[in-house]
Amino acid sequence: MTNKNTLPTSRKKKTQPATISRMYSYWFYLPAAIVFGVFFLIPTGLAFYFSLTRWTLFDATFIGLENYEYFFRDPQLLTALRNTFIYAILTSGSKVIISLPLALLLTSGLRLQSFFRSVIFFPVLISAVAVGITFSSLMQPSDGLINLALESIGLPQPDWLGDPDLALYSVIMIDIWKGIGIATLIFIAGITSIPTEYFDAASLEGGAWVKFRHVILPLSRNATFTVILLSFIGGLRTFEIVWTTTRGGPGFASDVLTSVIYKQYQAGFYGLSVAGNVVLFILIMSLVYPLMRFFNRMELEL
Amino acid sequence: MRKLLFSVLLLVLLVPISMAQDTVTLTYLVDDAEINLTMNQALVDEFMAQNPDVNIIVETRPGGAEGDNIVKTRLATDDMTDIFFYNAGSLLQALNPAQTLVDISDQPFIDNIVESFIPTVSQGDAIYGVPTGTAMGGGILYNKAVYEDLGLEIPTSWDEFVANNEVIAEAGIAPVMATFGDTWTSQLFVLADYYNVEQGAPGFAEQYTNNEAKYADTPAALAGFEYMQQAYELGWFQQDYATEGFEPGLALLANGEVAHYPMLTFALGTMETNFPDQVNDIGFFALPGPDAEANGVTIWMPQGTYIPQTTEGPQLEAALEFLAFIASVEGTEVITSAVAPQGPYLIEGATLPDTVLPAVQDLAAYIDAGNSFPALEFLSPIKGPNLEQLMVSVGTGQMTAQEAAENYDFDVERQAQQLGLPGW
Repeated sequence: MTNKNTLPTSRKKKTQPATISRMYSYWFYLPAAIVFGVFFLIPTGLAFYFSLTRWTLFDATFIGLENYEYFFRDPQLLTALRNTFIYAILTSGSKVIISLPLALLLTSGLRLQSFFRSVIFFPVLISAVAVGITFSSLMQPSDGLINLALESIGLPQPDWLGDPDLALYSVIMIDIWKGIGIATLIFIAGITSIPTEYFDAASLEGGAWVKFRHVILPLSRNATFTVILLSFIGGLRTFEIVWTTTRGGPGFASDVLTSVIYKQYQAGFYGLSVAGNVVLFILIMSLVYPLMRFFNRMELEL
Repeated sequence: MRKLLFSVLLLVLLVPISMAQDTVTLTYLVDDAEINLTMNQALVDEFMAQNPDVNIIVETRPGGAEGDNIVKTRLATDDMTDIFFYNAGSLLQALNPAQTLVDISDQPFIDNIVESFIPTVSQGDAIYGVPTGTAMGGGILYNKAVYEDLGLEIPTSWDEFVANNEVIAEAGIAPVMATFGDTWTSQLFVLADYYNVEQGAPGFAEQYTNNEAKYADTPAALAGFEYMQQAYELGWFQQDYATEGFEPGLALLANGEVAHYPMLTFALGTMETNFPDQVNDIGFFALPGPDAEANGVTIWMPQGTYIPQTTEGPQLEAALEFLAFIASVEGTEVITSAVAPQGPYLIEGATLPDTVLPAVQDLAAYIDAGNSFPALEFLSPIKGPNLEQLMVSVGTGQMTAQEAAENYDFDVERQAQQLGLPGW
């Protein structure tokens, strides 16, 4: 009886403190919410607004979707889109293909293993701008180190950055060189997190091939997805290396989306370049989100 | 004793402060091209020597499109230096001068400026800047030693130029230099051709500004793009031209490894510093057009010095005094003593020394004979930003002249709309 009587009162007592405590805990969100709002939400909202204007920095005239129309009418845009996809696919693909064997090598208990790991990782530490400037002098057609080396062993010496058909691929090679380290690191982390029981079982079944094919390859799937996803996003929004080596040239031969947008910004077409960034944002979201969903579904529990 | 020490210390501390209060400090933004920096530093040093109460600090910025953005952003955010050095003509128009710059049309020193410069720094009746440095010619710099060895004559028409280049190529010398590593250098075939455009299509500048004439369907204007295509097809360019830079290119010209370089005479300043022995071997001729009878040179106006509206009070007074100094004959003499003149001054009464470089004498001969016309960027506020990439595309065989001209017309349309010009 007493229990029944106390029940409603206790409910009352409980509900009031509950709402108070919930309100109370929300206040903890406030600092983060202010930072997020001021530095991320408001600028993003403004970007969408300014992409609908002709903006001179001094004043903005609302022109509807005209910037988007111009952006898509730009005859160089198709080249840039094509180049961006080639760039993103080739860099993320090559990073997987090259890094996985490297990671295998560097987890196999070599002597000087940690030294080699740091050598592989070193390019990641250099700023992309420095890498770009260094390679543009290494890739000089007649007195660059690469072509001098090729000359000394009697191979043809292409104009790496000056040949319109080759420039984009030269830049891609630089990007791969720079990105290998981080991809290898992710694979090493993936391989070392595989429980040793699997390896023990595999060594009963057969040799190194079995270990690779039936343990490492399937069980480092999560690492593979991470590498693909990160380098694919990186490839879509690549800028520094392209800009410091070719500036999108010769002509428009190695233009990517970001370099087109940057050139529009440089030209003072501020509204147009903001529209370009909105397009880039939507493009990355619409490609990466489904990819991420797919990878998440395929993810493995170890 | 301690008291004495203290008061001496106080005095020592106070004196510089009270002296500092009487001096006005100005900041001056200049692009980092060595020749512009040297020239402006010389002006500043001489002005400060004459006006001990004014202290001017020179700040530098990058050149090209990157520098344009720095200037625009600093003006838009009211963060500009007290005075700044910047292009006249179409680039100045993009700064929205009526809202950002001080109108100096009521200043007495305006009378010292040669009339033809005024429109390039004006909007309506307002005037915003004084010419700082010399005008330049755009055309072909050539190696005179190569011409002498091969017994060639200065070409006055494009056909003669083509014939000369055949002879030069046979002698194993690259006829024409391209330095696409610095993309801005690719534009001269189009920009320096404006004298010829004006001969073939009089009044093009106005029609072009009013959206009535286009590069792609005006044969005289299209010619500049076609010259580039022809240069590529006939293989005139030197080895490595797609990535060669401006300064290394000048070495090739100075050493006679390449015979011609389509360029502005401003390059002579750099050449004089880097190759003092060979710079006298360099001559200049106007970009030849279709008609040998109508041969003349396209002229670039000097850059200007401007005051943003954020400069006020004693700073503004000192800034105006500095502008008056630049726009005086004395100012031009200071410049001449610091850097080799690259063309005539646009200050009334200013003269060039007898010792000017041979290429500048070649340029002066055209101007004295009345065969000169300003470049399009000083006659129209519109200049599309993609011209350099388009010219590189033509010069590396990725685009035809016609395609590039059509693309450029599209580029120009955006620029005109951005400027809010009527009729676009």
